[in-house]
Amino acid sequence: MSKTSEAMQQSIDFARFPDETGHFGRYGGQFVPETLMAPLRELQDAYARYRDDPDFRAEFERDCKDFVGRPSPLYLAERWSEKVGGARIYLKREDLNHTGAHKINNTIGQALLAKRMGKTRVIAETGAGQHGVASATVAARLGLDCVVYMGADDIQRQSPNVYRMRLLGAEVVPVTSGSRTLKDALNEAMRDWVANVDDTFYIIGTVAGPHPYPMMVRDFQAIIGQETREQMLEREGRLPDALVACVGGGSNAIGLFRPFLEDQEVALHGVEAGGYGVATGQHAAPLCAGRPGVLHGNRTYLMENDNGQIIGTHSVSAGLDYPGVGPEHAWLKDINRAVYTSVTDDEALAAFHEVTRTEGIIPALETAHALAYAEKLARELGPGKSIVVNLSGRGDKDIQTVAEREGIEL
Amino acid sequence: MSRLATRFQALREQQRTALIPYITAGDPHPDLTVRLMHGMVAAGADVVEVGVPFSDPIGDGPVIQQACERALCHNVGLRDVLAMVRRFREDDTETPVVLMGYMNPIEVMGYAEFAKAALESGVDGVLTVDMPLEEMGDLDGLLADSGLDPVFLVAPTSTEERMQTICERAGGFVYYVSLKGVTGAASLDVDAVGQRVDRLRSMTGLPVGVGFGISDAPTAARMAAVADAVVVGSALVRRIEANQDDLDKAHEAVTELVADMRHAMDAAAAAST
Ligand SMILES: Cc1ncc(COP(=O)(O)O)c(C=O)c1O
Repeated sequence: MSKTSEAMQQSIDFARFPDETGHFGRYGGQFVPETLMAPLRELQDAYARYRDDPDFRAEFERDCKDFVGRPSPLYLAERWSEKVGGARIYLKREDLNHTGAHKINNTIGQALLAKRMGKTRVIAETGAGQHGVASATVAARLGLDCVVYMGADDIQRQSPNVYRMRLLGAEVVPVTSGSRTLKDALNEAMRDWVANVDDTFYIIGTVAGPHPYPMMVRDFQAIIGQETREQMLEREGRLPDALVACVGGGSNAIGLFRPFLEDQEVALHGVEAGGYGVATGQHAAPLCAGRPGVLHGNRTYLMENDNGQIIGTHSVSAGLDYPGVGPEHAWLKDINRAVYTSVTDDEALAAFHEVTRTEGIIPALETAHALAYAEKLARELGPGKSIVVNLSGRGDKDIQTVAEREGIEL
Repeated sequence: MSRLATRFQALREQQRTALIPYITAGDPHPDLTVRLMHGMVAAGADVVEVGVPFSDPIGDGPVIQQACERALCHNVGLRDVLAMVRRFREDDTETPVVLMGYMNPIEVMGYAEFAKAALESGVDGVLTVDMPLEEMGDLDGLLADSGLDPVFLVAPTSTEERMQTICERAGGFVYYVSLKGVTGAASLDVDAVGQRVDRLRSMTGLPVGVGFGISDAPTAARMAAVADAVVVGSALVRRIEANQDDLDKAHEAVTELVADMRHAMDAAAAAST
């Protein structure tokens, strides 16, 4: 890290971002059709009102504990760490949450807000289906109508989750426009919201979208980092040397990073989907290989062509297959507070198998990207150091994909 | 005076409501666009709205989404659209042209370069669906320096306060979105729209146009009675879609609907005076 960026960071008060207009430096904002400006204002006001409201906080925390099963354990992957032969690797077990991923932390928060705002219908977009399942779950529990938009291609590759959503009473709407994946599901959910602003709450599943979503989702996911901090201090008496998380839209990563932003000694590593390799152009790594632009209500790094059209992405994992990324990550990259890298489909799959066989934990393919990078980093850092990886979700939903790639019929 | 102001002033003197057809540039083929723009003017269009294709048009319904996809099959980008407007201007120096599109192509081109290129190509107004005035940054000033009118949408959900601010910052005309929804949706309440248009008129001297969901000549005529301009998009694009393999037929089908709407609007106006 350069001297200037270090000096710059010391003076940054991270708690002040996003600013009042929803910007992280030049990123973020509210790039939406006029119809959505009023509902966004309504949401901003409601969130400002309940964010620190003791009753709201208490209900959120109670649900996290009793319904989700928090705090999630911080698990030392002893055998794997030994095999890798470097830093000690801890896994923050978000896979043990109810519904199997970190996504539920956010949907609990947003659904409680929706209820207080008197909304009777929730909508969501989903890629891997984890956010869709988490949304359908809270909707079922609170008695809200739920519609989930999902790219037609993702419906194919994540079919168990589609059925779970339907069992939970949600309507799953296939999206056949554009690239038929997560970004198109988000477009369709926005269109639904434009048409149904009066009774509908849009539960965005990651730290993207227009302000206040990147802030609100981050705040709900920050429970991951808050727990990790306490757990590490208890276990090791010190903070970890590095944090590692996969980055699709960036919610599990920001949730882990956020409570450590001011701790300069903790290195933050975000891992994007390298697909067939960043050099091939067939990937989903906008922070590594994209450039700033405007999509889905915010300015951030994007994968786009010279005409400003969003281009197709590829990743073996549906949850990372997104051409944008949350604006806070774009900002953390530019100010050098976090470092972003990528790992390929093949590297992720190798890590998927390795951790499954060595630790008895089947990780989500999204998470496997973080694990693959953590392995490299652990070697680099060497013994005596410690790393926390956000084990963002479990891999049950992915066994079909893995089997298919390996020519196995289930 | 800008082309938009000149045109609206002339219409006001004739007590006519403007008809503003929309097509997506490059749909179904780049060869048709300029010809279609002229054809629509000949059929009675007062202003032409040209859509800049975008991969992720969140304000548009399926009809215009697919128009974008057809245009993008031919790789039609912002620079190509500007070149089309330039060619249109070779034969028509009077009809105002408004670009309608999304932020990212402008973001990638750069605001200053866009403002300069748009002016040089003969563009008159710029409507960017996902750019509320809060996010305009220095684009506002750059457009003004180029004499380009920033056209803003006002929605049924817009508060009084926002309507006021938009009216202060807008140029050319104010575009009232006649329904809560995306382009091409149905269900219009003409009376409710009329009330909102009146409210806007009390806030600004600019003409107030109405669009989204105006699908046929009778609806255009009813809307024309309450607004200064009627914008029609999906209904025309649907005709392009139906004739996408035959450019002549597409041209005929689109200009026919423009002419029908023009007649219906003029006839209704004549009947009411
Ligand atoms: C298990 C898991 N991890 C990570 C992600 C990526 O999302 P984000 O970057 O917002 O954490 C997903 C998204 O579906 C997921 O299901």
